[in-house]
Amino acid sequence: MMAQEPLVIDVRNLTKSFAGKTVVDKLSLQVAPGEIYGFLGPNGSGKTTFIRMLCGLLRPDAGSGFCLGYDVLAESEKIKTHIGYMAQRFSLYEDLSVRENLNFMGRIYGIGNLRDAVGETLERMQLSPFAAQLAGTLSGGWKQRLALAACLLHRPRLLLLDEPTAGVDPKARRDFWDDIYSLAAEGVTSLISTHYMDEAERCHRLAYLAYGNLLASGTADEVIKSSGLTTWSLSGKNVHRLAPTLKSLAGVEQVVPFGATLHISGHDATQLERSLQPFMNGEYTSRKTAANLEEVFISLMQQQRVA
Amino acid sequence: MTGNGFFSFRRFRAMVGKEFVQMRRDRITFAMMIGIPILQMIIFGFAINSDPKHLPTVILAADHSVFTRTIISAMQNSGYFRVIENVASETEADLLVKEGEVQFVLSIPEQFSRRLVRGENPSLLLTADATDPAATSNAVSAFRLLAESALSRDLDGPLQHLRRTKAPLDIIVHPRFNPEAVTQYNIVPGLMGVVLTMTLVIITALAMTRERERGTMENLLSTPVKPMEVMIGKIMPYIIVGYVQMGVILLAGRFLFKVPMIGNIFLLLAVSLFFIAANLGVGLTFSTIARNQLQAVQMAFFFFLPSILLSGFMFPFRGMPVWAQHVGEMLPLTHYLRIVRGILLKGNDFAHILPNLWPIALFLLIALSVGLKRYRRTLD
Repeated sequence: MMAQEPLVIDVRNLTKSFAGKTVVDKLSLQVAPGEIYGFLGPNGSGKTTFIRMLCGLLRPDAGSGFCLGYDVLAESEKIKTHIGYMAQRFSLYEDLSVRENLNFMGRIYGIGNLRDAVGETLERMQLSPFAAQLAGTLSGGWKQRLALAACLLHRPRLLLLDEPTAGVDPKARRDFWDDIYSLAAEGVTSLISTHYMDEAERCHRLAYLAYGNLLASGTADEVIKSSGLTTWSLSGKNVHRLAPTLKSLAGVEQVVPFGATLHISGHDATQLERSLQPFMNGEYTSRKTAANLEEVFISLMQQQRVA
Repeated sequence: MTGNGFFSFRRFRAMVGKEFVQMRRDRITFAMMIGIPILQMIIFGFAINSDPKHLPTVILAADHSVFTRTIISAMQNSGYFRVIENVASETEADLLVKEGEVQFVLSIPEQFSRRLVRGENPSLLLTADATDPAATSNAVSAFRLLAESALSRDLDGPLQHLRRTKAPLDIIVHPRFNPEAVTQYNIVPGLMGVVLTMTLVIITALAMTRERERGTMENLLSTPVKPMEVMIGKIMPYIIVGYVQMGVILLAGRFLFKVPMIGNIFLLLAVSLFFIAANLGVGLTFSTIARNQLQAVQMAFFFFLPSILLSGFMFPFRGMPVWAQHVGEMLPLTHYLRIVRGILLKGNDFAHILPNLWPIALFLLIALSVGLKRYRRTLD
């Protein structure tokens, strides 16, 4: 760990409610410099609200902490000059060209030598061929690249990216992640919210949020281990027909089709094995595997709902 | 990086530049800004008539007798005139007319009564502020009849022979400022205020709401840009648009409708800045309240309708009931119409328009401070 360097994000008990409904409930989060931190959770779990509080778009109702060494409550104006925020929705001007958008953002941040900075960013993000095109006419993937380019112009130390890859094709997503990795190598910290499990696995560390509460955090392996979930993989002819039967068995919490196999998981390992015993015959092959992140997250969500 | 102070000229310039590019790209809105003044001018080339009553009148009497009292009370009884006071001098009467305080001055010459009795056909002079011909024409024609019929009652006994003479007195009407009673002279300058109100309030109300509706506000708020820079940066391009519209109307008024322009055009352009800014302030305030562009347009109309109906543009101001006049007095357009007509048709100078300038300035101050206060620095 890079414990000797001060944390980029260090907030405690941040709380925010809208019209009496608590959206973020006493959330604490620590992110180290150069880290790519994944932020996961179902829709409405408070991810966007938390990110907006970090960049000064929303005022926390309670809690305290620092972002880039500045007080999140009192110094949001200073924080704004050092972060790059990419909203969930494309939030640049569709009626301005790619270059005009970047010029505008550059001037707002007061960048010296704007022409070079914009040219450099266009090159880096491979946006040069589209420089004169109106932003509104770009495809989803290129819009996302433009939004990222606009975030990077003023060389922020922290990127707050709210579902940056939603609705973007796999190639564009891979390019995007390559950029994030190279930025991390330069020391830029990223906090990224996502719904994609493959992206969650790419993060150095991640946090899982549901209904405003932090349910798990750590590396992907740590999160899986700490979940205490046991998973069996069952395969064989017409194995999918068994799903309804399996779901009703004691100890079975999730039955998920996984290609030609079924993943059956539960917290009580002995009870789960006992319930599956009748199916462990010649007709089906069974095997104990590691739970994957999705199963862990769905199980966390179910537990939270019960509680 | 430049400082993070309260107002950065660079960020302000970035806002203005962006607004101009967006304005240029939005072809329909751009066409509307120039099209509306032309269209309105064609539509309102026609007069809208009405029969205003209780028009404020002062009496400049150099002679007092039973006859003059009869005429004055007959004027009151006709309902067209409301005699507010007697003035002592012609300059005083003249100033009241110029400032638009009164619509009529009735001048009774010296020895009016004596000459009437002698059958010498004395004259009465009714000076009218005929800027808006619709406001005065009915009152003027009523006056011609009422003076004669009222006097015929007094011309009794030994004076009865005077009744038989066709007209015991001459009535001279002096319609000032717009002697030929051309309605366009009144409508075209008024149109300037109406067009500015209409386009500027709507366009600025939309400008900020559009940022919020399209999600670009979220991006803007996450940057170091300050509310002042956003607000003024958004207002600035439209001030220029306002002046272009004024130019179109002034040119068309001069060369198409041949409106006489006797006042100082530069004075008009200078004081118009207050009016333009006041309208933009209203638009910006609306845009901080409206949740989407439709609401913004609705609010703009909510402001625009009373402005056009109660300001004295559509109907003569003094023809309206008193409560409506009070509402009208609160609207900047009411005062601006008086200023425009005053400068163009009456040749008013700065001192003359001052009573109508400060209400606009006050309105501007209120609108801007409400707008700035309501501008949300955060999304909650």
